[in-house]
Amino acid sequence: MTKSRELGSRGEDTAAEYLERVGYRILDRNWRRRAGEIDIVAESDDVVAIVEVKTRTGLGAGHPFEAVTPSKAARLGRLAYAWSAEHHVGGRRLRIDVIGITVGTTGELVVEHLQGLGA
Amino acid sequence: MSVARTRVVALTGLEGSIVEVEADLSSGLPGFLLIGLPDASLGEARDRVRAAAANSGCVLPPKKLTVNLSPASLPKHGASFDLGIAVAALAAADLVSHDSAARVVHLGELGLDGRLRPIQGVLPAVLGAVRAGAEIVMVPSANVDEASLVPGVRVVGMPSLRDAAIWHGGDFTPVDVDPVPLESVDRPKSPDLELADVIGNAAAVDALIAAASGGHHLLMVGPPGAGKTMLAARLPALLPDLDIAAALEVTSVRSLCGVPVAGTLETRPPFENPHHSSSAASLIGGGSAILRPGSVSLATRGVLFLDEAPEFAMSVLDSLRQPLESGRVTIQRAHGRAEFPARFQLVMAANPCPCGQYGSRDVACNCSPFQRRRYLGRLSGPLVDRVDLQLRVGRIGSAQFRLAADGQNSTVTTFEARARVAAARARSAERLRETSWSLNSEVPGQWLRSGSQRLSPRETRVIDDALEGGRLTMRGYDRLLRVAWTLADLDAAPRPTSEHVASALALRRSL
Repeated sequence: MTKSRELGSRGEDTAAEYLERVGYRILDRNWRRRAGEIDIVAESDDVVAIVEVKTRTGLGAGHPFEAVTPSKAARLGRLAYAWSAEHHVGGRRLRIDVIGITVGTTGELVVEHLQGLGA
Repeated sequence: MSVARTRVVALTGLEGSIVEVEADLSSGLPGFLLIGLPDASLGEARDRVRAAAANSGCVLPPKKLTVNLSPASLPKHGASFDLGIAVAALAAADLVSHDSAARVVHLGELGLDGRLRPIQGVLPAVLGAVRAGAEIVMVPSANVDEASLVPGVRVVGMPSLRDAAIWHGGDFTPVDVDPVPLESVDRPKSPDLELADVIGNAAAVDALIAAASGGHHLLMVGPPGAGKTMLAARLPALLPDLDIAAALEVTSVRSLCGVPVAGTLETRPPFENPHHSSSAASLIGGGSAILRPGSVSLATRGVLFLDEAPEFAMSVLDSLRQPLESGRVTIQRAHGRAEFPARFQLVMAANPCPCGQYGSRDVACNCSPFQRRRYLGRLSGPLVDRVDLQLRVGRIGSAQFRLAADGQNSTVTTFEARARVAAARARSAERLRETSWSLNSEVPGQWLRSGSQRLSPRETRVIDDALEGGRLTMRGYDRLLRVAWTLADLDAAPRPTSEHVASALALRRSL
């Protein structure tokens, strides 16, 4: 596993732990289709969240949120519908979230959760 | 989330209007939206502001930043809004004080390094801000001197965005930066041209003094080398210094045209000398995206000299008619209008015919009568009718030249002439103190023909005859009366005599 993949999967684990801690249930991880991949699908009582996780060591390459370009956001939207077509969502709202994880200089992790793109 | 406000100034022509900048930070993917009718150069403010903020150590939070410029209907252009946008954004991020940002008007362009760059048109912008009730204006360090020319406002000069943020209560440590200096173009101070250098042509010198005293327009016709250009170039030196209002007007137009304004107002009347290939837009003002003043506005409160006037395009010359009457130009374009001052004194020089020799004693003219008529005919009747003093300038003979070289010719020096002009202007201002005018050329003819100003038929007989005979228009009649009053002022006479009226007629109709 390359270094960046390793960082990415560590970040996804951290994000999943964080989501569970704040009351979400994880429905799916690394759901893959030809169009791309959904990192995490999590649900709460009234919402199903399609979560994209971005991990960065330091802010040298910009904030993790800045890596979500408009085209990536659009792809996440298409993937969200693809996922909901295959699973039972019920009457709940579908939401696309981004979780940004920044590794600080002393190794501590900063988790930022952006709820709802395009809002 | 939080919304922050500050104010900037948008210039339309010379009119500055306050524009409110609102910045809103909301959760969302990091982005920068700039709305409220920005043009391309203002749209680029997004990237400048983000980079400048990052490079001056006041990083904007990675959130969705929406900046609105209102009123949204007013077209906005240029980079002078950068500082205002940046301060509003920093206030929205709670990095600087909201209240402090809201009560200051900001002007300035940002470099990517976060330093503030001087902008054009600071003087009219600050004037507009003061008229709108602003008390504090923040400008780039290099523009402080210019902004301080406006009374009644506190001017704060800032070298960089970081210093501006600190001034607004931001918790940053000061870093010394070199302020971006004002690009100084050393305009060679035009040497004071000496009227005594003019040899001979005593009548033309007198006419020049009359033009300076009354603010009358002047047309000189003569062969090449007769000294028309030389005479015209000496007119500004005869005019008195500008008063405060006029100096602000002149300096504002300069500032708008990007001429660096140092810490002083321009107090000498301008002299504009456009080439005869000028287009109507360059003379009157215009432009497509940004309306810019033309030569007539640069010459406001001074002299607009059109050398070789018949060589100008006729449409260009005729476009001068409206500013000549109203003293202002209004430029209308599809996306807006702008008004500029244009209270200039028109001086035109022309050759009498294409070969230039018609009427001179020594060289024969080889133009046909038709060519001659067509040449001066390019100066349209309505335009020439607005010119009070029309005189012929002759080439001087060798005898005059020799006399002058021996110092035996009686010439008028600029110093003497300026004293005469000042005395005549003081006299007319004293006489007109009850009115809103101060120069004879500004007085409407109706007023001159009414009340105690009315001259007796005995005094005006010669021009009454000319009017009756159709050699003088009604407007020409009024203009002639004004010149007669100027001549009386120059002679320290209480009112024009028939002799002054006759001289005025001679000065107008000597072509």
